[in-house]
Amino acid sequence: MQILLDTLVNAAMASAATALVSIGLALIFGVMRIENFAHGELYMVGAYVTWYVSTSLGMNYFLGLVGAVLVTALIGAAMEIALFRRLRSNPVGCLIITIGVLLVLQTGAILFAGINSTLLVDSPFPGTLKIGALNLPWHRLFVILAAIGLMQVLIWLLRRTMFGRAVRAVAQDREAASLQGISISRVSVAAMMLSAGLAGAAGALMAPIVRISPFMGQPIIITAFIVIIMGGIGSIEGAIIASVLYSTFFTFVSTYVDSTIATIAGLCIMLAVLIFMPNGLMGKAEKV
Amino acid sequence: MRSPGIVMAVALLVAAALLPAVTGDYYTAFGTEIAITVLMLSSYRIIVLTGEWSFAHVVLQGVGAYTAAILVKDLDWPFPVTLAAGAAMAALVAALLSYPLLRMKGFYFLMGSFAAAEAIRLLWRKIPFFGGTRGLSNIPAPYLEIGDFSIDFGDPAHFYHLSLGVVACCLFVMWRMEQARVGGIWRAIQQQDVLAQTVGIESRTYRRLAFVVAAAFAGIAGVLLVYAFGSVTPNRFNLNFALYLMIWAIVGGTRTFYGVVLGGVVLMIFDESLRFAEELRPGIYGLILIGVMLFWPQGLEKLLMPLTRLLGNRARRSDPA
Repeated sequence: MQILLDTLVNAAMASAATALVSIGLALIFGVMRIENFAHGELYMVGAYVTWYVSTSLGMNYFLGLVGAVLVTALIGAAMEIALFRRLRSNPVGCLIITIGVLLVLQTGAILFAGINSTLLVDSPFPGTLKIGALNLPWHRLFVILAAIGLMQVLIWLLRRTMFGRAVRAVAQDREAASLQGISISRVSVAAMMLSAGLAGAAGALMAPIVRISPFMGQPIIITAFIVIIMGGIGSIEGAIIASVLYSTFFTFVSTYVDSTIATIAGLCIMLAVLIFMPNGLMGKAEKV
Repeated sequence: MRSPGIVMAVALLVAAALLPAVTGDYYTAFGTEIAITVLMLSSYRIIVLTGEWSFAHVVLQGVGAYTAAILVKDLDWPFPVTLAAGAAMAALVAALLSYPLLRMKGFYFLMGSFAAAEAIRLLWRKIPFFGGTRGLSNIPAPYLEIGDFSIDFGDPAHFYHLSLGVVACCLFVMWRMEQARVGGIWRAIQQQDVLAQTVGIESRTYRRLAFVVAAAFAGIAGVLLVYAFGSVTPNRFNLNFALYLMIWAIVGGTRTFYGVVLGGVVLMIFDESLRFAEELRPGIYGLILIGVMLFWPQGLEKLLMPLTRLLGNRARRSDPA
């Protein structure tokens, strides 16, 4: 019973973190038709910035969180302006470039703090909330609530603002949007900053919980790709639903069976979705 | 003397065969690694010819490697048989995977090939029969004995010559295939998939064929790898190696047959010269990859173009751009 409750809490937290990372990936695919393999590394950079600001510089954790979002958003903007813009008509080229960015960011993290260093970030909410048999560490609760809050803000941005309408118009039909006077370049930069900032925020939120290492982005990006394929590539709602389904499944299988088996099962689910349901839960596949 | 290309190829092969005579064991063993890598890159190029990028190629090499390791350790089968078995097993696995995978294209194929390959690799880690995370080791080198005459391929120079011979034969077969009708069809599919179908080419069948043929050669490369290192571990076939194979193919260039061979040799030597900066290596590759994609999409090959023209091979289109 105790394990079941703990696993439920962990599943909820994993869902929240995965959703934050995956919606950014889905957003970029929707707007720019680019699969960003470096997205997991933006999550990693977020965790590193949080560590640097809050532990190394000794400042507040929340300043670290803000710093993480700012730094990753700037990296996102730089990727769009310096790299993707030059290869606009070549999605495969952009995909390959993101692999290059992935390797550069990983090596950057190694140069910054060493390959095997132990980096610790103190949570601003230590301790545990106890309700009967339920143990709820405050920081995990904070991660879940913050992720839900951020997603609400993102959905409000996309649904209710002029900027959001522009983003959705570009995602639906690039040429038509351009004919309406929407600047593709400006929307792309903004979308890239949003997407990267969300990944950075996820890294900052998880920094006190996970082990910070230069390679921490790899399992995350694999999970995120499984999730956005399940949810339908480019669909933000699909990514959120698939994050909850997949993370809950994964957490339970790795707690009760084994984490390698859970990964194999996840990969098989992704293959099955690709074969039998290429549109995913909510998306529209291009051409399979 | 049919063409200057063949003469040049034979001359290069003879020059390569002289390597153990001029260097020590370390660089001879490195020469074996170069030969294996060239075989991997050339076979990967077959898939690239049809216009796809795959993450499964390295794991298919692993299928060949594990097949040979198990046959040698448990059944003590001789080298030529394990070589054939490794190739056949890799081709068989690829043939099975090709049914679901080649219904996909582009990004979907890339992710599908990753999912299938990673699942296979994790199974190797999980199943004790394959040695778990530590893999299989203590694989004896091939040994040839006919009457009084015997060769011990545990000697790096002998094994190098054996690998070079096997790789040269494979390259020749691949070269002939590319010159043949099937090679033309692969290129046609890459350039004009729909048009190829309208003139009656079953494009999915030919893409599947390319995937399986490439896997057979990757399997051979895997068998050579097992004997060269005497061991096989699942980590040798992880995503990083798949990424590196892709990077090398892009940086080296995939337009011409000779280009990918020469590119492979140059990049292996470059890679070795980076050994002093092991931790920085991924970042350096990342920067090179970005630079090549932005400024030089034809890759190293362009640098080698005058040389390839000398080899009498007309440039063929199959760049990633």
